[in-house]
Amino acid sequence: MQWEVVIGLEIHVQLATKTKIFSGSSTAYGADANTQADVVDLGMPGVLPVFNKEALQMAVKFGLAIDAEIHHKSVFDRKNYFYPDSPKGYQTTQLYYPTVGMGHIEIELEDGSTKRINVTRAHLEEDAGKSVHEGFGSSSGIDLNRAGTPLIEIVSEPELRSAKEAAAYFRKMHSIVTYLGICDGDLSQGSMRCDCNVSLRPKGQEEFGTRAEIKNVNSFRNVERAIDAEIERQMDILEDGGTIVQETRLYDADKNETRSMRSKEEENDYRYFPCPDLLPVLIDEDYIEAVRQTLPELPDAKRQRYISEQGLSAIDAGVLSANRSLADYFETVAETINDYKLAANWVQGDVSAALNRLEVSIEELAVSAEQLAYILKLIKDNTLNNGGAKEVFNALLEGKGDDTVACIDTLVDQLGLKQVSDTGAIEAIVDEVLANNTKLVESYLATPEDKRAKAIGPFIGQVRKAAKGVNPQVVMEVLKKKLSEL
Amino acid sequence: MSNITIAEISKNLASGKYSSVEITQDFLQRIKQNDKAINSFITVTEEQALAQAKAADEQRQNGNASVLTGVPIAHKDNYCTDGVLTSCGSKMLSNFVAPYNATVVEKFNEAGTVSLGKLNMDEFAMGSSSESSFYGAVSNPWDSNRVAGGSSGGSAAAVAANLIPGATASDTGGSIRQPAAFCGLTGIKPTYGRVSRWGIVAYASSLDQAGVITHTAEDAALMLNVMSGFDEKDSTSMQLEVPDFTADLNNGLAGLTIGLPKEYFSADLDPAMQQAVSDAVKEYEKLGAKVKEISLPHSHLVIPSYYLISAAECSANMSRMDGVRFGYRCDNPTDIHDLYVRSRSEGLGSEVKRRIMIGAYALSAGYYDAYYKKAQQARRLIKNDFVNAFKEVDIIAGPVTPTTAFNKNEKNHDPVAMALGDVFTVALNLAGLPGMSINCGQINNLPVGLQLIGNYFEEARLLNAAHQFQQVTDWHLKSPAGL
Repeated sequence: MQWEVVIGLEIHVQLATKTKIFSGSSTAYGADANTQADVVDLGMPGVLPVFNKEALQMAVKFGLAIDAEIHHKSVFDRKNYFYPDSPKGYQTTQLYYPTVGMGHIEIELEDGSTKRINVTRAHLEEDAGKSVHEGFGSSSGIDLNRAGTPLIEIVSEPELRSAKEAAAYFRKMHSIVTYLGICDGDLSQGSMRCDCNVSLRPKGQEEFGTRAEIKNVNSFRNVERAIDAEIERQMDILEDGGTIVQETRLYDADKNETRSMRSKEEENDYRYFPCPDLLPVLIDEDYIEAVRQTLPELPDAKRQRYISEQGLSAIDAGVLSANRSLADYFETVAETINDYKLAANWVQGDVSAALNRLEVSIEELAVSAEQLAYILKLIKDNTLNNGGAKEVFNALLEGKGDDTVACIDTLVDQLGLKQVSDTGAIEAIVDEVLANNTKLVESYLATPEDKRAKAIGPFIGQVRKAAKGVNPQVVMEVLKKKLSEL
Repeated sequence: MSNITIAEISKNLASGKYSSVEITQDFLQRIKQNDKAINSFITVTEEQALAQAKAADEQRQNGNASVLTGVPIAHKDNYCTDGVLTSCGSKMLSNFVAPYNATVVEKFNEAGTVSLGKLNMDEFAMGSSSESSFYGAVSNPWDSNRVAGGSSGGSAAAVAANLIPGATASDTGGSIRQPAAFCGLTGIKPTYGRVSRWGIVAYASSLDQAGVITHTAEDAALMLNVMSGFDEKDSTSMQLEVPDFTADLNNGLAGLTIGLPKEYFSADLDPAMQQAVSDAVKEYEKLGAKVKEISLPHSHLVIPSYYLISAAECSANMSRMDGVRFGYRCDNPTDIHDLYVRSRSEGLGSEVKRRIMIGAYALSAGYYDAYYKKAQQARRLIKNDFVNAFKEVDIIAGPVTPTTAFNKNEKNHDPVAMALGDVFTVALNLAGLPGMSINCGQINNLPVGLQLIGNYFEEARLLNAAHQFQQVTDWHLKSPAGL
């Protein structure tokens, strides 16, 4: 039978607020256990939550970025369940009236086309603490530093049809929230976590199949792998005539398989009801407009602009716009030299290669956007040839310069990279090369007329050996002329 | 002995008749002598009280005394007090020393009052008799076989026995007004949002409100002046200017319209009770007030909606009492589930458990609409009754309780009977309105309370009406024999 895959994602995004959603504690990651938990985060008797308006602003910003309905009234509910990392015995969340309603994003598919994925809602809630199972003998420790960190949970419609689409959707959300500056996007620290709802149905059938939910997947790669593993598991069962059990599963990346965590019967009855300690959150159009004014250009708009206004290819435009830091870097370079294509070639080429090789982020790269722009400017005014420019770039990567633009001039001098374009000077060098390489000249002259273009290569090599910074175009012209005169 | 009021102590401290240390020692002595029988205190903080009294005396010498500087009071044990046991009358918190002060406690500390300790109460403020405390039942100073009322029974009994001149208390369904009525005192539950709830251990968050129990309306006004006001730590507190509640006390009552809800004076009401309340209303007419019959047609919905909403909120509020981070933990738990189940089973009393179960049930899937949501709809109807009534009248008067203080062990095994006793008080909590109880008579030597209900944030008008009554009657001056 032909099966259709149906996937919906719930993405938890930690908001980059300075303090927690209902207390004044810091949200910074990595502090000693329980040092960033005050009486509110500890769920002490008698404490009350106070809603952090910065979290609201970020949620609204997200809603506007995905063209969603922003609800003028949202309400916090209590979701009741017992767990040691949930200090109050309930999580404060928004069930019935989320801040962000129906919206949508575009994802790029492998064939270069785009697909619209609708977002059901995004609600504000608090993160839980963490249980620590090592170092406490037969007991467990609890670290409540994370408890109360603001989250938005973004719920997609079940419109994703493959693991690749799901991964593209997760990537796109990552791109959007980091563009907005509402999340640091650090997946390794749990800043974004994803629950994947996966089901299969016979192709053509309208009714959804029974779904399994894979909890807490936290990398782009694992989203794709976990879903593929789950699809395979479900397909095996269905092909054998079995039925899927609705349940929550966990992905084991080492074994590349999902395994059951709890069945539907074991699910909590969360007994949601409106939190009486918090007033409904009321916002008006003025507020929403004010937040709209703070929206940066978003990845889709940027990508479109790169294509239509700057003439970049769809692929270049997609890669360069996906990450805000990279896009900012690229745009600084491109605008400084007023040449998007040259900038795109370099950022896509040498810069990206360096990032991969050195495993650093664009912010950590030893070559700043200003420095790269200056190097490219030297290419454009013929001070450097391409090879020379690469050499300066690499020298900077190796720490031979500093963080100033001025150091580039020094490096160019030190490395003797300044390009010689003066025809007279190049003629002298060419004469010398021809005089010193009589064998090459002989074999060149023996080469048939139609194959001589290729045979000119070794001369160029010799010329550049003799003088690094020669302008290759001028060298070519002079060589052609001199050789034809022999 | 005759009742000692806050106003009188304040005057005598100001005139230098005695010092704060002296009056504090007097009260501490009275607590030692009399509280064994009454059991109104869970904790007496003698050392801290004397230190505060000394500091208050110094402050007065430096000329920085406010009206309440040096005046001894005590806090209900659900008010968090930094460094002092805050048990809420429960085994669950019998080891809980709060790491912070409730905003109200903080404000009284800043005003220079002296706290003599923490007052007994029904466990987690759930009850109407102060019999469910882990620390034993509170006795009514008027008759030790009878209950002091609840849940602020310790606050009421301590003031009635003149162990302190005034106490903080809290009222979720009548927990200030009913014990004040049973003990012949003045109790006020302000408008929801008038006083910060920060640091007052929650029972039912949308109904809980802090208030006071004193001998007189004047004393209540003096205490409310200290504790009222917006608190950025309580999102449900109102950002409203707080008037000087003593300013209008002496206004005349000519032209005041008092509404009498016909539902509160049905044939079921005890005739003696009816008589006492009617006599009080006649006093008001003598003072120039007009009386008008009104109707609160949804009064029959009050008890069921109150017990659903309060239990629902209670079930979530009590979840943090899990034995994990503070409070009672069972011995040798085998795993986290066992720790939860046994800590809560052993640490919480039966009334608290009953309400948690009712609340969890009312919120559970498939029942939410039928119970919790319906109760919220009824709550709106009840509130609208009052909103409509206040279009015609200035205040509403009626009984506080259907009977005077009942016997110990009379109702504590019959939760429905206990609940029905709250019929006149819980409506205000559902509506969020301010209400008072003032002593207006006696039946068989037991005090009777008159309830005065005000419009939103009109505590000053209530206090004015109560004060004027107390200028022409002497019920508030009566004190229990032998104390």
